[in-house]
Amino acid sequence: MSTLKLDLENYKELLQEYIRTKDEQALYQAEQFSKQSMQHKISPDEIINVHIQSLEEIYPEMPEYIQSSMNFLLETMISYGLAYQEHQSLREKQLELKSEISVAANMQKTLLSTVKPELEEVEIGALSVPAKQMNGDYHHFVYDGKGNLGIAIADVIGKGVPAALCMSMIKYSMDSFPEMRMDPDVILGSLNRVVERNVDSSMFVTMFYGLYNFEDHTFSYSSAGHEPCFYYRQDQDEFEEIDAPGLILGVSSESTYVRYEKKVEKGDLVILLTDGVTECRQGERFIEQEEVLKVIKSFAHLPAQEIVENVYRYFERLQDFQLRDDFTLIVLRRNV
Amino acid sequence: MNLTIDVSNKENVAYVTLAGEVDAFTAPKLKDTLLPLTREEGQTVEVDFQDVSYMDSTGLGVFISALKSTKEHNSEMKLVQMQDRVYRLFKITGLTEIMNIDSTVRGGM
Repeated sequence: MSTLKLDLENYKELLQEYIRTKDEQALYQAEQFSKQSMQHKISPDEIINVHIQSLEEIYPEMPEYIQSSMNFLLETMISYGLAYQEHQSLREKQLELKSEISVAANMQKTLLSTVKPELEEVEIGALSVPAKQMNGDYHHFVYDGKGNLGIAIADVIGKGVPAALCMSMIKYSMDSFPEMRMDPDVILGSLNRVVERNVDSSMFVTMFYGLYNFEDHTFSYSSAGHEPCFYYRQDQDEFEEIDAPGLILGVSSESTYVRYEKKVEKGDLVILLTDGVTECRQGERFIEQEEVLKVIKSFAHLPAQEIVENVYRYFERLQDFQLRDDFTLIVLRRNV
Repeated sequence: MNLTIDVSNKENVAYVTLAGEVDAFTAPKLKDTLLPLTREEGQTVEVDFQDVSYMDSTGLGVFISALKSTKEHNSEMKLVQMQDRVYRLFKITGLTEIMNIDSTVRGGM
């Protein structure tokens, strides 16, 4: 209590000084006093109490009605005092949660990490950046060692921690599928049943699954309601949309998926992305698909990893470094 | 940007008129209004999208939940007057195949 007493003396002097001189210096010190009080978690009603005591000491002859009005004010402020205490404890809780989430985000990073294969036949660039701490986008490479590379890119509808947990489940389901059956339509069909059965009914997943065959350079793919991907023809400097109609995962247990196939020519690119890329916004303005493609085209001559990094940097800058949605971009280039 | 939700009833139809943007911030409010309407057996819920300029995937989740609820409760949902940008989202996700979406009066962007 001694520090509070000291404060009381201090406050009384400041108040007296201000009433006498109307000097701004005293006002400034009052501000300092309130900052210090907050550091010591002194609530607003306590300060009013100090004010009343100071007044009584400075003006022993204080009229009774002022005295009463001060007591009235004190009562009125008590709720603020309680609110202030609650605020303090919420702040502590918030810090706790924040650190827990950052632990979870790190775990997620480890759980969902995928190794980008370094292959002779196909050069791969991949980048996934979460808008917040936890990433609701997911991509995964599986190389079967026999000339097939499976690539999954997915987006959970719903954000934050629940979306991230859902993603972890998808990843483990995919890991448990036998390696022999990497056909995109089969994989999406199985995942659809997993999501439909096990995930909260308000959570859904879009996924594009592609399988690159190094022997004949065909890319077969299926999509479950995912953002269309693109094929870039180097010789014509043109894009083609790779669209594969299919229902988003988790809506209907009866969904089936169709497998499509595309021959990939030397030097051409296959571009997979999530809606964080196509739904970029500059202020109130939406970025049109043509603009996204124009940006990708402008970097198309670079190595695959540099393409994805440059495209990301471009849209990051355009959106003032504030991503609205998780951003994932994968580029494959046939080398031989 | 905000979302305003107007509901009016006429016989067995609940007309829900939306104006603004459906995103992660406004979707919970929409869900709280829309889902109870779909739980009334025999009711048709008609959602007017004319003044919805933007919707993200969180909003889509609300409509999928509502669709599931109509199946459970024997009600119906109809989405009308959708703008192209919003319609695209339903199209890509394959939902145009399983939802009753009237796209005849679609406005531009």
